[in-house]
Amino acid sequence: MSESPYWFLALFALAAFGFAVMPLCLARLWAISFSPQKPGPDKNATYECGLQAKGDAWVQFKAEYYLYGIIFLVFDVEAIFLLPFAVAFSELPFAAFLAILLFVFLIVEGLAWAWAKGILNWR
Amino acid sequence: MSDTPNDGLRGELSKHGVFTTTLEGIHNWGRRNSVWPLQFGLACCAIEMIATSMARYDLARFGAEVFRPSPRQADLMIVAGTVTKKMAPQVVRLYNQMPEPKYVIAMGACAISGGPFKQGYNVLKGIDRYLPVDVHIPGCPPRPEALIHAFMTLQRQIDAQSLKGEDRPRHLRAEADSEFPVPTFGPKDLSPSSNPNTWVPPKVSRKG
Repeated sequence: MSESPYWFLALFALAAFGFAVMPLCLARLWAISFSPQKPGPDKNATYECGLQAKGDAWVQFKAEYYLYGIIFLVFDVEAIFLLPFAVAFSELPFAAFLAILLFVFLIVEGLAWAWAKGILNWR
Repeated sequence: MSDTPNDGLRGELSKHGVFTTTLEGIHNWGRRNSVWPLQFGLACCAIEMIATSMARYDLARFGAEVFRPSPRQADLMIVAGTVTKKMAPQVVRLYNQMPEPKYVIAMGACAISGGPFKQGYNVLKGIDRYLPVDVHIPGCPPRPEALIHAFMTLQRQIDAQSLKGEDRPRHLRAEADSEFPVPTFGPKDLSPSSNPNTWVPPKVSRKG
């Protein structure tokens, strides 16, 4: 144990932990001995530029952009990969052909998903 | 801080290159040199406030260049401009949302008294009706030098605050409120029309 060359790593880990925790403890100690904590309904409220907040901050955002991300992958990124595939098609071994088929399948799956979601319809 | 019995000893030590301080002294030194104002302006005084923070007047020399866009990170509220009665609840709420210790500078004639718009039906006649103002600056608008002077006055006030004892400032007393009542729109005026704990109407005495 005493001959282990890595014992100082434990020391470093301890120092890193203390470096992070000690300021928190000092701040807590300062609050206890000098500066009392004063929470209140306004201070704990959601910040809304001084106006009274409507609802709370835990609202659900609609991440609808991912569908356009899928379409972008299907029609733009896939084309970039398909072009070298087509150029080198005759010299490819069978395993490479299977791999690229899997890739195309994954992309087409995304297209089917987007189609099912109905974002290919022109509105 | 300057009239403690150890002052002579401290001066003697500093001659020999030994620096000593008190916890209170270094605490106040840190606080007065890192007062971060809340970034908001209400009227034309804000233009002078912006000029103060820019390169020509350079409020950064006093450690106050970091205008914070959120009250959660601000120490100082510079009420720069006319406070309308529609805006007053928001100003008080922003003050309530600032963490302690917090200070208020009322900048300009409007913020301290209503100024040229005092007779207006929609103008609050001084933000000190709702908030504990530390420094008032007269002027319409006050020049950046006046704001810097007010800032240095605030720094001197912070420097004189004590950590313990009966005269310690409001934010160190557990029983003192951190939040001030936010006025609401009543049928004719803001209700309440002032906070009696921070503002008492001046007595008008007419003789003869």
